[in-house]
Amino acid sequence: MKTTQQSLVAFIVGLLFAVGLAISGMTQPQKVISFLDPWNWNPSLLFVMIGAIGVHVISYPIVKRRPSPLLDTKWHVPTRKDVTARLLIGSMLFGLGWGLGGFCPGPGLTSFASGDARAILFVGAMLVGMLLFKKTEPYLKLKE
Amino acid sequence: MDFASAFYPLLGGAIIGIAVTVMLLFNGRVTGISGIVSSAISTRSADNKWRWAFLGGLLVGGFVIHKLHPELLSNLSNRNFTQIIVAGLLVGYGTVMGSGCTSGHGVCGISRFSVRSLIATITFMLFGVIAVTAVRYLTGGSL
Repeated sequence: MKTTQQSLVAFIVGLLFAVGLAISGMTQPQKVISFLDPWNWNPSLLFVMIGAIGVHVISYPIVKRRPSPLLDTKWHVPTRKDVTARLLIGSMLFGLGWGLGGFCPGPGLTSFASGDARAILFVGAMLVGMLLFKKTEPYLKLKE
Repeated sequence: MDFASAFYPLLGGAIIGIAVTVMLLFNGRVTGISGIVSSAISTRSADNKWRWAFLGGLLVGGFVIHKLHPELLSNLSNRNFTQIIVAGLLVGYGTVMGSGCTSGHGVCGISRFSVRSLIATITFMLFGVIAVTAVRYLTGGSL
């Protein structure tokens, strides 16, 4: 029963997230690319971060005052503090891909539903990349 | 910059902030999209139900937006298929390796003052700038 309720919440969060991404402009790769372009800088997407963090920086400590979430017995929030080579190299590769394609995972998936060929290609390649990391992880010898 | 180019990103961002708050309040989870996708496709956890439900919401949302306001999902960039495939591979590989993307590190992590997430976000933004600059240089400056 709890898992059904959790899934319903997650579905609604997914819907809201898609709407937020679309209204904000994050699902238009040309805007993402010009946000990352110092030679033709369009700062509008900076306001997406300001809006999202502005809300959550206030809501996070309020929500976390509760002993547990409404539909679970414990919190599942990451608590790690160590900055590893894996974190840095992974973020570098992600950044290169983000600037090259203009999509990060959420907007890619949202645009996938429009049937756009580039969004579909992006999501397919992203899934392959994710599975590829899981396959190659044992050979990388990076501390986790 | 006109009013709309700040207002809509701010509004959309606030909706994203509300969405991740709902996820935290009810499910106690961080809304990290790369983590949700990679766990959903590579593990057989009982937790995957809510992950698939979230992805379902994202896709249904995208479909409805496409029906009502297709311009919001229009890709006017010059990126070709080869660039998009390489980009997808890098984003998939990099986000799993770096344990997060724009949502998990950039929104959820920074909001709880996680140093890991702040450093990850600065890193992927910086390398995003490097990639855009490289493409601009290699393709002769057009967007």
